[in-house]
Amino acid sequence: MIEVENLSKFYGPRPAVNNLNFTVSQGEVVGFLGPNGAGKTTTMNILCCILPASRGTARICGFDIFEQSMEIRKAIGYLPENPPVYQDMVVDDYLRFAAGIRGVAGKKIAAAIDRALEKCGLKDVRRRLIGKLSKGYQQRVGLAQALIHDPDILILDEPTTGLDPLQIIEIRKLIQNLASSHTIILSSHILPEVAQICQRVVIINEGEIAAIDTLEGLTASLRKSEHLRLRVRNADNGVQQSLEALEGVLSVRRENDSQFVIESPLGSPFQDTVARLALDKEWGIVELSSASMTLEDIFLKLTTEEKETPE
Amino acid sequence: MRNSLLIAKRELGSFFSSTIFYAITVVFLLLYSFIFFQILNFFSFQSVQAAQVRGMNLGLNLNDMVIQPAFHNMAVILLLMIPIVTMRSFAEEKKGKTFTLLLSSPIHLREIVFGKFLACLSVLTAMILLSSYSIAFLFMVGRPEIGPALSGYLGILLMSGCYVAIGLFASSLTDNQIVAAALSFGFMLFMWVIGWGAQAAGPDVGPILEYLSLIDHLERFLKGIVDSSDVFYYLSFMFFALFLTHRVLDSNRWR
Repeated sequence: MIEVENLSKFYGPRPAVNNLNFTVSQGEVVGFLGPNGAGKTTTMNILCCILPASRGTARICGFDIFEQSMEIRKAIGYLPENPPVYQDMVVDDYLRFAAGIRGVAGKKIAAAIDRALEKCGLKDVRRRLIGKLSKGYQQRVGLAQALIHDPDILILDEPTTGLDPLQIIEIRKLIQNLASSHTIILSSHILPEVAQICQRVVIINEGEIAAIDTLEGLTASLRKSEHLRLRVRNADNGVQQSLEALEGVLSVRRENDSQFVIESPLGSPFQDTVARLALDKEWGIVELSSASMTLEDIFLKLTTEEKETPE
Repeated sequence: MRNSLLIAKRELGSFFSSTIFYAITVVFLLLYSFIFFQILNFFSFQSVQAAQVRGMNLGLNLNDMVIQPAFHNMAVILLLMIPIVTMRSFAEEKKGKTFTLLLSSPIHLREIVFGKFLACLSVLTAMILLSSYSIAFLFMVGRPEIGPALSGYLGILLMSGCYVAIGLFASSLTDNQIVAAALSFGFMLFMWVIGWGAQAAGPDVGPILEYLSLIDHLERFLKGIVDSSDVFYYLSFMFFALFLTHRVLDSNRWR
């Protein structure tokens, strides 16, 4: 569906994105992950034919971004970071305008508007001025605009920034619903979001791809040992020594006064052993959990230690 | 063309739903009406005087002494008003991030530029049409010639088209509306007075400067002469300014 080859974009001499290569197949939901300024928005703008690439190319639905940009624009719905809504327009009129310039045929516009309003839960506010809507609703209007021509591909640039937690959950649900019928590229610097919604993650740092994989794949490839977190009520100095004395333990790290992380070789979880020891010594278990690698860990590992750990 | 119309329609909707259009139109009409009736008043005063002096023929006529100066003054007021009409065109889109919507849509940049041009020109046509009550009034009370009045309107419209095109160009350069207004006012006034340099520039460059001046071409329209070379001048002026606008917007993408 989307094939990106050696894509680079320079602003002056400075590369904003450098040599990107990735593909997205039909129906997939791919997350673009990276710190601010990593080149996520630039990449998306290039895919939407807003910015021309300096080098390399991309093919979307078989169309070239340089030669057939009009075809691509018809196939893509784009929600930029700031929803491109006219504050002085009524939701209905705005969507009618969007449908018009997106090339929806005159007769189908009314139905397209209804469908987009329905999908984005905007029915109640269709006659309201966009400028008077909350940020969350404006974001939905932006999303409705991206959906209006029923595109195959949706490109969403940080769709949840600036929303309150409730709105974030709603927008995420909305995106998850859309995932069944669209190919979606979504950028974010909020990691749990990507973890929830996306099947595959492209991690971009300083304009270059640091990793592309499924979440499980990333976790597996970066994880070299099992980690167990233990929190106890009566933590004295003996705890760490006792834990280290256990057979098979690689290391014990004290995170704070009452919390320890126990590292053991892959494939040998020993919650039972630790629990028994804790009960025997009457430390008082508050928490005993497997400290699996979160996306945060992966992200930090990739973006900060990229030089040492080539993918 | 369909896309240009869509863009023009949206633009007009936002003009009419905001106070900008009404403020500009009211100020324009008040200023113009005041000046018009001063001119008319002066004319009637002269007519009364002429009637008292028997046999004195001052060559008084409504066309030369009312309509023509009224158009002249309208051109000046428009010079002040048009930057305010055009300043938001691209500056506001860029600032409000709505330009991405247009850029990511399957429409050509030239359609966007032309749509904006159509919208601003429509607003001006509406303003100018509203002001035509004054000329209609002259036809009710007197017998001016209709030809020069019509050609005068054509000239004013063509000149407004050039101003609008300059204004759009200025608006494409920045995302700040005030800067856009200042720039367009500067460009417009410069293109107005450029002919003044003709004397100093000597016989070679002088005629060129005179030819370039927006106002010199208006003169003939006001006198009732529709010369194809003047029409061509105005049309090519508009085309060139819109072309520059297109280039600026396009080059913004490459930077």
